[in-house]
Amino acid sequence: MSEIYDLLIVGGGPAGLSAGVYGSRSRLKTAILQKGKPGGQAATTSDLENYPGFSRGTTGPELMGHMAKHAESFGTEILSEIVVDMELDGDIKKLKGKSGKEYQAKAVILAPGAQPRSLNIKGEHAFRGKGVSYCATCDADFFEELDIVVVGNGDAAIEEAMYLTKFAETVTIIVIHDEGILDCNKASAEIAFANPKIKWVWNSVLHEIKGDGLVESVIIKNIKTGELSEMQTNGVFFFVGTVPNTEILKGKVELTEHGYIITNDLMETSVPGVYAAGDARVKYLRQVITAASDGAIAAVAAEKYLAEEEGFKERVLNAKEPLMVVFWAPQSEESIAGVSTLEKIVGTKEGKVKLVKIDTYRNQRVAKRYDINVIPSVLFFQNGKLLDKIYGVFNENDIIEKIATVFTES
Amino acid sequence: MIELTKENFEQEVLKAEGLVMVDFWSEKCEPCKALMPSVHDLAENNAGKAKFCSLNTAGNKRLAISQKVLGLPTIAFYKNGEKIAELTKDFAIEDVEAKLNELA
Repeated sequence: MSEIYDLLIVGGGPAGLSAGVYGSRSRLKTAILQKGKPGGQAATTSDLENYPGFSRGTTGPELMGHMAKHAESFGTEILSEIVVDMELDGDIKKLKGKSGKEYQAKAVILAPGAQPRSLNIKGEHAFRGKGVSYCATCDADFFEELDIVVVGNGDAAIEEAMYLTKFAETVTIIVIHDEGILDCNKASAEIAFANPKIKWVWNSVLHEIKGDGLVESVIIKNIKTGELSEMQTNGVFFFVGTVPNTEILKGKVELTEHGYIITNDLMETSVPGVYAAGDARVKYLRQVITAASDGAIAAVAAEKYLAEEEGFKERVLNAKEPLMVVFWAPQSEESIAGVSTLEKIVGTKEGKVKLVKIDTYRNQRVAKRYDINVIPSVLFFQNGKLLDKIYGVFNENDIIEKIATVFTES
Repeated sequence: MIELTKENFEQEVLKAEGLVMVDFWSEKCEPCKALMPSVHDLAENNAGKAKFCSLNTAGNKRLAISQKVLGLPTIAFYKNGEKIAELTKDFAIEDVEAKLNELA
């Protein structure tokens, strides 16, 4: 059996690395499983100028390099591994790697990120690496003094198009909207409009990519007139949004119909002990800073989960003596009264019966596990086994009677 | 691994007998650099199965384009000077290993 981590993080982009920083700094035994070098999509971004504290001139690889070192400095292990399957139910989560190795952890943070969306245009797939690209920093070099086309008009498309003008002779951006309308931020739009190397084709979409071995031309379709026109070009860069890398999570955690992981504010997924962070999650803004924020929240929530689980195990499941677990909440007068009734009874038992109080406002997970829908409720344990329960309001005699009948030595 | 340039490409790859693997990469390509350590390990562990080479496309752009490589990362396999297989963009080291074992 392989060693058991406290926390395994799937994905080494900003979400995973930030979770690594917070996890290992809280002394959790933490590892990140990451395909190759960490950094995620941010590591393929040339200029990254909106991460607070890192101003103009910062590059994606640079910032991600800092984050990876930061996580490692607190003890996070970064392992090169592609996760191909996982078993997330149960106390110990099992992750299977492409290398054949199996990893185990008490809590898991899913930060698999997203990848560029493909439009499945005719020729798009066949010419990948032959002129069709989704990564400006990877391939810009090839297009020095050549003409290229960019598809898309969001932040990524316009910013990467500007980077490409440092290499290419012309960059033609194909925009689906009316002239002058872009989805990107205003600052980038203004700079792009002023760039003499950028040409614009409005009201249009890419229809087909043609060539012989390498890209030679594209067919552009005007969506207003339906007219098709052919344009000579050497390359086509797509920046038309992303899709989450959640294929292997189908049926394991709850996803939206588009494949994004559903979480609450604590980054909890539908599976206890499994959290999600970053671009693969349902969220409003997908940026390095929000990914890092998700990672921090997920790691802190996971740490709390581990502490609660360990605590419950130690105080209740591993205890030999008879004990009662009472579920209460500070907002419920009835439950507070219930707790004092129990405390009074336990006081008369001279330590033979113990009492464990669980605040359901702070710890809903244990309550859910025992189907506690009403407070106060009391569970009766001995030798770690659940023997009986009382749901709802009780009086002193109910408890005294139960103790006498349920417990063998009280 | 043998470092290729426009000067030795013909000799080492196109005129070579047997199986040759060429890792096309560049300094600016982060996925290439991420893959690189495992490519070197692969070459070491499979010495004898093929000749392992790498080509930095920066400065050898025309050569790369002549080989119809216009995107990174790309790993190409040549047999007796002819390109017989190619992995480009989304592939993992396990895919390279499988391809190598299939061709060797």
